[in-house]
Formats: sequence, structure tokens, C-alpha cells
Amino acid sequence: MEHYINYIAVGAFTLYLIYTSFNGGFDRSASSLYTDIGVAIILAVSLSMVVGFLGELSLGHAGFMCVGAYVGGKLAVLFTDAFTNLDTYIIFAITLAIGGLTAMLCGFVIGLPALRLRGDYLAIVTLAFGEIVRNVFRNAGGYFGNDGKLSTPRLDNQILPLITFGLVLVTLFVTQNIIRSKHGRAITAIRDSEIAAKATGINVTKYKLIVFAIAALFAGFAGVLSSYKVNKIQPDTFDYNYSIEILVMVVLGGMGSVNGSIIAATVITFLNKFLTTDLVTILNENFNSSNGVIAYIKDSLPVIKNIIYALILIVIVIYNNAPAFKGFREKYNIKNLFAAIFRRKQDPAKHQDDEAKWNRVPTKIEIDEVLSVDIQPGSPYNPDKSEKEEK
Amino acid sequence: MEQIITTLINGLSAGGTYAMIALGYTMVYGIAKMLNFAHGDVIMVGAYALFVMFTTTGNPLLGLVVAVVLCVIFGVTIERLAYRPLRGASPLAVLITAIGVSSLLQALAQMIFGAGEKKPVFYQFGNVTIFGISISLLTLITLIASAIIMVVLSLFVKYTRTGRAMIAVSEDRGAAELMGISVNKIIVITFAIGSALAAVAGFFMVWKAPNVTPILGAMPGIKAFAAAVIGGIGSLPGAMLGGILMGVVESFSSSNTYTAPYTDAIVFAVLILILLVRPSGLLGKKRREKV
Repeated sequence: MEHYINYIAVGAFTLYLIYTSFNGGFDRSASSLYTDIGVAIILAVSLSMVVGFLGELSLGHAGFMCVGAYVGGKLAVLFTDAFTNLDTYIIFAITLAIGGLTAMLCGFVIGLPALRLRGDYLAIVTLAFGEIVRNVFRNAGGYFGNDGKLSTPRLDNQILPLITFGLVLVTLFVTQNIIRSKHGRAITAIRDSEIAAKATGINVTKYKLIVFAIAALFAGFAGVLSSYKVNKIQPDTFDYNYSIEILVMVVLGGMGSVNGSIIAATVITFLNKFLTTDLVTILNENFNSSNGVIAYIKDSLPVIKNIIYALILIVIVIYNNAPAFKGFREKYNIKNLFAAIFRRKQDPAKHQDDEAKWNRVPTKIEIDEVLSVDIQPGSPYNPDKSEKEEK
Repeated sequence: MEQIITTLINGLSAGGTYAMIALGYTMVYGIAKMLNFAHGDVIMVGAYALFVMFTTTGNPLLGLVVAVVLCVIFGVTIERLAYRPLRGASPLAVLITAIGVSSLLQALAQMIFGAGEKKPVFYQFGNVTIFGISISLLTLITLIASAIIMVVLSLFVKYTRTGRAMIAVSEDRGAAELMGISVNKIIVITFAIGSALAAVAGFFMVWKAPNVTPILGAMPGIKAFAAAVIGGIGSLPGAMLGGILMGVVESFSSSNTYTAPYTDAIVFAVLILILLVRPSGLLGKKRREKV
């Protein structure tokens, strides 16, 4: 059910984009915003596969994007110089494929230590990968521009958002189908308990590599798209903080929820733009710029944005995970709220007392309680006794 | 030859700084079983405290004392507000909170002090010549100070009641609690010691390269974290070894013209290679997971 909502929402938005594009077109900032949102969704959904479904923390997602951006961007430059009569979109398609595949290869290589390392150790390896990639592209003998500032060809800003959202649909199609397939069940099984997954015959090695490679592939696509959006790509764009921003999207959206990732990616990208550009315009129009307080707020808006993100991240993670809030969480959550609304609509006359009380799958303890009612302490069928004897 | 020895001593000195930071990571990991990602930013807090005290009073040692006190307060407060509510939650949740705290500290510092570099002008030490080799006195002081701190810390952990309680908590938290050790108190002490070490490391870092920015602690923090992982996270000698190894590799890499631009890449590549050969670090204990 959830996955159809994603297709419908993203598909409808894509149709809207196509309609606008052929009826008057977007202005520059709208085109840029839509492309950014699409790129953010691709990144968040692909990272959510690693963090939310496989349960491994990756702090180098921007590194894969960096690989895609530089490989794709450099190839685009070379192709445009070499084949002057080749169509721009064919070049784009080729660079997209090669950029994505290179990133995928990197994902595979980074996935290899992932087989031996767990949790925190893996996080530091992915972090190290992101730093290595940035460092190499910045210093690769000027091949990728001076200090890694590489001028890349751009696509028409009426078409780029459409292509981006086309790729968002592809990303959703691939990730959601993997997650909902038998392979996806295997992946979540690895997240919940690696040992138990191994014991049931799941090839943990294979699945970890697949997830890392696919996530990297889509991050590479996002990188190529971003290289076609800007005049110059810079290594500092893809730093550690960008990886964190993608992680914030995944965590904010809820681990293991694709719709959540999409919503969070959209909201955060929109807020980024609103806080750093639109709000400045609003402040400029409505307030005298000589007002010291307003000027100070205007200058520190990017910082305020970071403070807000950090606080949101901390508060949400603590609220969702703190053992102290467990009772509170179970009492007041969105699912119960919906349940309460729908229950009220039920006719009380139809309610039957002897209806089964379990509206969820009972836990083992509850089943044991029910089953052990008839067994007397001295009975030979008492499970406690037989267990003791075995020991 | 002379060149090599100078590079080696520079590396050992930088490694001493890394080791001090890495000790904070490794102690917190061993005892609280969490990665304190905000540790690098505690260095930054200390560096700003040092900068403010130095520019107002002109006394760097007073700056060091204030930095240590402030860092301890910050470390303990962060533990109380952000990490303690998550005790017993999944490690991933704690790690993400720590990342949030890290970017919060950076953003707050940028808000208060601005993104620009602050450049305190410290007294410049000259060079000393030992056995015909000329070494910067500051490098030598850093090396000696970090060696003393490491020895004192090792003795503290080994021979005092609190230190032994720390070992007990890191080995088995439940059993330590049954033996009457207050686990929360030990974790607070660990954060305090780690933050104080970070402040001292920050003091030497800023003195060597007087350049205080909100992201001052980020890169040394990540490198020290990598050093702690190389040595085997949770192990005190491991953190020292890893830190020194990292400093030496960095120093040799940046002394060569060809490898100098790639120093960061080389340092992290060493980390990945070591983890591939020894997944739990050089001196780390191999843990078998039980069902």
C-alpha cells in the first residue's frame, strides 16, 4: 500500500512538471529547486536502503555522489570536445551510465570491508572513503580542474527537472521492488539479527554487497545530475556535512520508511532554500536593512538552519529511542491516533464482548501465560520442570 | 638521515596529540559503549576558551586551565542531556545523536564567534639542537607532555579505585553494578577525563597552528577516531599506538613532495587497510558474538 502512494505522489508531481515545462516553463529558481528536491530524494531513498533496511551506518554517501559527479562531469567535458555533432542528451545518457557504474564499483569495494566490520567500524570506513575521494579529486594533478573545480556542461533547465524526476521514479521502482521481494525480506532479516539470518541460510555477504552497490549506483546518478545542474563542481560540496544532511533526511523520515525519506528529503531541501534565500528576500523587503538585529539574523541564517537541524536530529532520535519514553511513545503515536478516529465511527451496538481481544499478534510471553493456565506445578507436562531436568 | 629523524620526531609529536584525543574516544567507547562523535568539537570549545582567555589576559596557561574546566563541563553536560537518555537504546541511535551534538556545537560556535579564523599570537619557541639535530622546542614539549599524560593515565586506570572501577565497567557493566560500582558516576568521570585530554590536545594544536575556527576540531577528531580504531577501539595502549602511528604516517607523507597533497587520503587508506587485515584493530580484542 505504502509504495503505491509513493508512485502516485512522485508520478503526479512529474506530470505537473511536464505540464508546466511545456506550458510556459519554470523560472530559474523553481527549476533549480525541483532538481535539488529530486536529487535529495534519490540520495535519501538510496541511503535509506543501507541505513534503514540493511541496518549499517554509512557516513560516506556524499562520497559516492562525488565519484558520480566527477567521473560523469569529466566524461561529459571530454565527449563534448571529442564528438561535436553528438546530441547533448545522448552524451548525458552515456555519462549518467558510466558515472553511476563507477560509483557502484566504489560501493562494491567499500562493501568488501563491510563484510568483516560491523556497526561503528564500518561507519568510520565509509567516512574515510568520503574523505579520500574528496582529497583525490581535489589534487589529481589538475586533471579535474584547479583545486578540483571542474567546469561541466549544463542541461537546459526546463528539461533537467523532468529527467531528475524520471530518475526518482526509477530509483523508487528499483528500491521498493527489492525491499518488497524475497531479497528485501532477507535484507531486513540481516538488520534484525545477522546470526539468525545466517542460520536460516541467507547469504549475508551477497546481500550486503548488493545493497551497498545499489545505494552507491543511485548516489552516483545523483552526482551526475548535480554536475549537469551547476557550472562548476567543487569537492567541498560533497563533504562530510553533506553526508550527514542525507542521513538527517533518512532519520527524520523514519528508519526503514521510504515514504518518510521522500517527505523528509522534500521538506529539508525546501527549507534549505527557504531559509537561505527566500527568507532573506522577505526580510529585505519588509524591514529596513540598517536595523542591526535584522541584519544580524540575515547574516546568521545558514547557521541558524544548522542549529535547527541539529536540534531536530537530537530531539527526534532521543524521543524515538529513549527507553524512558517507551510508554509515552506507545500511547501517543500517529497510528493510535488514526485508530482512535476510526474506532469512534464504529457502531457500538455491533460490538461484541466475546470478540477476540487480540488485535495484534500476541507475544510469546502472552501465549505462554494462556497455555500454562491448566498446567499444575506438579504436573508432568509442566515445561519449567522438564527444562530443569534437561539442564 | 637527519631529515628522517626530524620527520620522525615531528610525527611522534603530532601523534602524541592524536593519541590524547584518541584516548578520549577509546575510553568512552570502552566504558559507555558508544562513539562520542562530538569529541572533536569539544577540542574546538577548548580552543575558543583558550583564545578568549589569551586575548583578554595574555596568559596562555590560564587559558589552558579555563579550557580544561570548560571542556569538562561541556563533556559532562553533553553526556547528561544527549547520551544518558539513550542508555540501553540501539548503538545507531546514540551515534546519530552524537553526530547531531557535533553539528550543534559547530553551528553554535559559528553563531557566537563567526566563521572567520581567529589567530591568537603566542610566544614562538625557538629550535633546540640535540645530537646535531635541530628540533622545534614546542614539538619537544608536546611530545614530553603527551608521554607524561599517557603514563599518568595508564597508572591511574591501573592502580586507583576509580580506575579499576572503570576497567570493571568496561568489562561487564552488569557485574560491575552488582559489585556496588555506580555506573553512571564512572561514565561521567570517563567523559570528564576524555574532555580534559581533548582540551590539552587542543592547547598544543592551537599553539602549533594558531588558527581557531568552528570546524577546528572536526578533522583532528575524525583522524584521532581513526587512530583509536586502528589501535583497537576500547583499548588504551591501542589508542596510544594508533595515534602515534597516525602522526608518523602523516608526518612522513607530508614531508614528501609527491605524496604531500594526498596526506589525508593516505592516512585514511592506512586505516582501511589495517581494518581489512585486522577487523578489530591492532590491539583490539576479538569479540565472538553469542546468540
